[in-house]
Amino acid sequence: MFDALWGWPPPVLDPAGPYADKVTVLAWVLLALGVIVTAIVCAALWVAIKGPARWKQRLGGESAVWIGGIAFPGVVLTALLFWGLTLTADLTDDITGTEPRIRVTGEMWWFRVQYLDPAGRVVMEDANEIHLPVGQPVVLELRSADVIHNFWVPHLSGKKDMLPGRTNLLRIQADKAGQFGGVCAEYCGGPHALMGFVAIAHQPADYARWQQGRMGRLAQVNATGGPGRQLFMESGCGACHRVAGTEANGLAGPDLTHVGTRATLGAGILPNHRGTLIGWIGDSQGIKPGNRMPSYDTLSAAELTAIAGWLEQQQ
Amino acid sequence: MKSETGFDHALYARFPTTNPRPEGELEELERIWCAPRGWQYLKAVNNNYIGFIYVVTALCFFLAAGILSLGMRVQLAAPMMDFLPQDTYNQFFTMHGTVMMFLFAVPMVEAIGVMLLPQMLAARDLPFPRLSAYAYWAYAVGGGFFFCSLFIGLAPDGGWFMYPPLTSLQYSPGINTDMWLLGIGFIEISAIAGAVEIIVGVLRTRAPGMTLDRMPMFVWAMLAFAVMILIAFPSVILCTLLLELERAFNWPFFDATRGGDPMLWQHLFWFFGHPEVYIIFLPAAGLMSMMVSTAAQTPLVGYRLNVLAIVATAFISFGVWAHHMFATGMPRVSTGYFSAASMAVSLPAGIQVFCWIATLASGRIRWSTPALFVVGSVMIFTMGGLTGVMVGMVPFDWQVHDTYFIVAHFHYVLIGGMVFPVFGAFYYWAGMTSSRPLSERLGRWTFWLMFAGLHITFLPMHLTGFMGMPRRVYTYLPDRGLDLLNQISTVGSFVMAAGVLVFLIDCARNFRFTTDNDAGNTYNAGTLEWLPTGLYSTRSIPLVRSRDPLWDQPELGKDVEEGRYFLPGSITGLRETLVTSPINAEPQYVQLMPGPSVWPLASAIFTAGIFLALTVQAYTFSAVSCVFMLYATLRWLWETDRSISLKKGDVGGGIILPITITGPGSHSWWALNATIVCIGMIGLMTMFAYLYLYGIHPEVWTAPPALLQTGGIAVLLLLALGAAWLSRRWLARTADGEFPGQGPWMSAAAGACLLALALYWDVTGWSGTGLLPTATGQGATVFALLAHQGMCVVTAIIMAAYLAWRSARGLLTGSANVTLDVVVRWIGFCALQGLVGSMVLRLFPGG
Repeated sequence: MFDALWGWPPPVLDPAGPYADKVTVLAWVLLALGVIVTAIVCAALWVAIKGPARWKQRLGGESAVWIGGIAFPGVVLTALLFWGLTLTADLTDDITGTEPRIRVTGEMWWFRVQYLDPAGRVVMEDANEIHLPVGQPVVLELRSADVIHNFWVPHLSGKKDMLPGRTNLLRIQADKAGQFGGVCAEYCGGPHALMGFVAIAHQPADYARWQQGRMGRLAQVNATGGPGRQLFMESGCGACHRVAGTEANGLAGPDLTHVGTRATLGAGILPNHRGTLIGWIGDSQGIKPGNRMPSYDTLSAAELTAIAGWLEQQQ
Repeated sequence: MKSETGFDHALYARFPTTNPRPEGELEELERIWCAPRGWQYLKAVNNNYIGFIYVVTALCFFLAAGILSLGMRVQLAAPMMDFLPQDTYNQFFTMHGTVMMFLFAVPMVEAIGVMLLPQMLAARDLPFPRLSAYAYWAYAVGGGFFFCSLFIGLAPDGGWFMYPPLTSLQYSPGINTDMWLLGIGFIEISAIAGAVEIIVGVLRTRAPGMTLDRMPMFVWAMLAFAVMILIAFPSVILCTLLLELERAFNWPFFDATRGGDPMLWQHLFWFFGHPEVYIIFLPAAGLMSMMVSTAAQTPLVGYRLNVLAIVATAFISFGVWAHHMFATGMPRVSTGYFSAASMAVSLPAGIQVFCWIATLASGRIRWSTPALFVVGSVMIFTMGGLTGVMVGMVPFDWQVHDTYFIVAHFHYVLIGGMVFPVFGAFYYWAGMTSSRPLSERLGRWTFWLMFAGLHITFLPMHLTGFMGMPRRVYTYLPDRGLDLLNQISTVGSFVMAAGVLVFLIDCARNFRFTTDNDAGNTYNAGTLEWLPTGLYSTRSIPLVRSRDPLWDQPELGKDVEEGRYFLPGSITGLRETLVTSPINAEPQYVQLMPGPSVWPLASAIFTAGIFLALTVQAYTFSAVSCVFMLYATLRWLWETDRSISLKKGDVGGGIILPITITGPGSHSWWALNATIVCIGMIGLMTMFAYLYLYGIHPEVWTAPPALLQTGGIAVLLLLALGAAWLSRRWLARTADGEFPGQGPWMSAAAGACLLALALYWDVTGWSGTGLLPTATGQGATVFALLAHQGMCVVTAIIMAAYLAWRSARGLLTGSANVTLDVVVRWIGFCALQGLVGSMVLRLFPGG
């Protein structure tokens, strides 16, 4: 699963939506330009040092500086600037549309994800995972709860900062279904290196089904149970985590109502299954040193397994 | 050529002089300039010593920061490595960046300036040798302590640009951050001291005839460097002070919940941070221009274009700061402007690169280690510049910003643009200060290892960035395709380190420090630093008739050595140098220079004491240090304003020049003005902060105090200005050498008191409106500006008291006095700054 998120080809050069697409075109042109100009400068150096006398003489005057140092870069850079600005004009447009909105809040060191209704109310909360319909632009309201973070899914779009006291808008769109890795790209202290998330794009029909399923479960009383649930509550997990329909209503940490469906754990750093759940609860400080969740190393293996088992049921 | 000062250019024809020099003149010169011995070395102020030890210290910091980077590369050699724990790694990368930028790059070029400039200008020393000594010691002591924080786990860990709120008290409660804020703030003082020194040195102590148009390119670059420091560094000093005020006293400059804004830091920081890159690059480019010309054995092609490029770079670099902030959600108009400006700044770089290439083409290259470094540097710098153009395109920057692509980009720029030229310069200028040149064979090894190491380390990082690896990560996850690229980079970093190691071995084997028995002009260069020298610099100060005097006048070295030019001995029996006019370098007067002294060292140690004590909140100790620092500084100054009975002297060829003067022609006037620019910039940037926060959070603004009081403050400040002016006039009307009575110093002191009174009104007026510095961004910025004015006023009062003391000791006589001039001018500046500051804050219609 992780291989699909990252790796080869480099995500910056492997766009999966219109907002990353144009930047890829730009990137190839810029790379080509860089290689060509480096070649020109190296060739000029070669001529200057070892070239035939006639060539050296041409290169050895002030006119060479006017041509190579002023005229050539002046023309190329002006052309590049205008072409680049035209190509990517729509990327810098102000965002005013009525696209569906998701509020993503950077927190030390995970992403809170809240799906908004057209009136701007939060209808569903999740963490470290953003679900999108294929082919439809979605506007993200980027915020921060503490320090400056940054939101980046290279397959889908360039990055944008999440600043305390401000809301930055970013429009993204996926043109094919799949999972796309994302990270916090602004240094935010401690385990900044281990702060990631996943953007999951569904075909429109699948997306509708996913949405209905989620909303439906939110409306029900949470009937899952057993020793796992009891241990979860007794260990105080509910002080930080919320599980809808239960007495666990903490708001400090990720909402665990749908934790069983998530692709990853620990903010995009581990695949999600019973083994990693057990490891995370028992040794979260070993896996991601400095994160805000203590390691529950006083719980026995059986207890951890019970809690993990219950969490897996939280679909 | 038209005369600038009324000096008759026909007099230049008298040089070289022909009559024999008197017996014992040279021996006297040697005696006057001889250096202290043994422990007394600590008192040395001569640029040969200070410059050399400055370079060595900066090199040590380069090695230390380099070792940190090796540690980081080992940690990143494989995913989820356990070599460095997370918090250590975070401290390592913060220190690597900070030390490289603040303790290596800027000090290194400044050190090279201190070492080379007097020689290149054929001055006896820089105009304020004790200030150089202070700048060095402040840097060495402060930098040393700052670096040691790493060994006790208290090193800063917020990244070299220290963005709040991560660095605010709430998220960084330890003193690690205070270490950075106070340590760096303090080291900046040293950089500014050096900049003032360099500006005055370049503009006023050039050899006669060395017009601006004949200055070596490195001198031009250092002039731009120093001016840029004066304008850019106040901004970083201000933002470190503001953040420290927020941490220590809860003044919310950057706290979005109380009308502050974290983006204010980014604007202030990058207003410094981007010019900083050119502050580092321009002097290195100046070194390049000189080495290229020597390597090709031909004058630099496009001298004037190159000067134009330096000036243009300095100018444009102040208009591109926000390209570090494209991802912060700036408006489209701003991103468009900053994108275009970022493209524009690459033009002057292109000019310089092609000037070098054209110079190489117009001559015949003589291969040597410096030549290798020069050619390598052009290639590397070009590659870094091109990735710079790439990230100037906003949408592309959104992808690669804060990834390893950027890490690759700026290492190419800084290593190609600064480290390679500096290593080339080590080889090139070693012969000037070592009795043996460095080894060409080992030099080639150094170059090829560093060149290969650089590409192996940083070329793959472009791709690592495209693959999504953010910078400043202490580890990365497996299965992301990053393992191999990171391994290659790690190998490369050790190859590069091996190159540096070979250089150190070369130094150990061949470098032998000397001041007068040097290896000499090994590469046959054409500029003045290759004249035969002793501790007193050149025996006589030559007349410069072209850009490459040693090539154009083969006899110059011999004539200079025989004392056939200016100032072949000492007129007064004291250390002296020749001060010339800023544009055409016409001889103007003989400056007396201070000799060895322990007070700059003492002052630097106590300045360090102030800041270090503040880091650990030992306020009493800090205050005591402050008193000692003031005492040491005043003692140091006491002997620098000497009254001397001899008023005029023959500087050679029968040319009679005055000995020390005051007023706009004097070097102290220029130095004070440079300092005022710097201090005034801090005030201006504080006003910017006030207006900026109003733009972001107008809702927290409250109304300013009543207009009546504002008028009163204006009147008081104008009276202070008047009192200062009166003091100056009073002394000017006193006859030469006469004691003017108590009037002048009392008038100056009255001016200082009026400043204090105006400030008192200003402060009480604002607090009377109920505004608290802890309440809102408005309160914080208002009181920050008042605190800045307060510091200036306290300085004015101390200076007035110092003037009174000197007057009481009979050292204040008509009709001109340097100390009085400085005090009066400072009081005048404080009055004007107070006027502008309080009017902007009080008349601004916000609230």
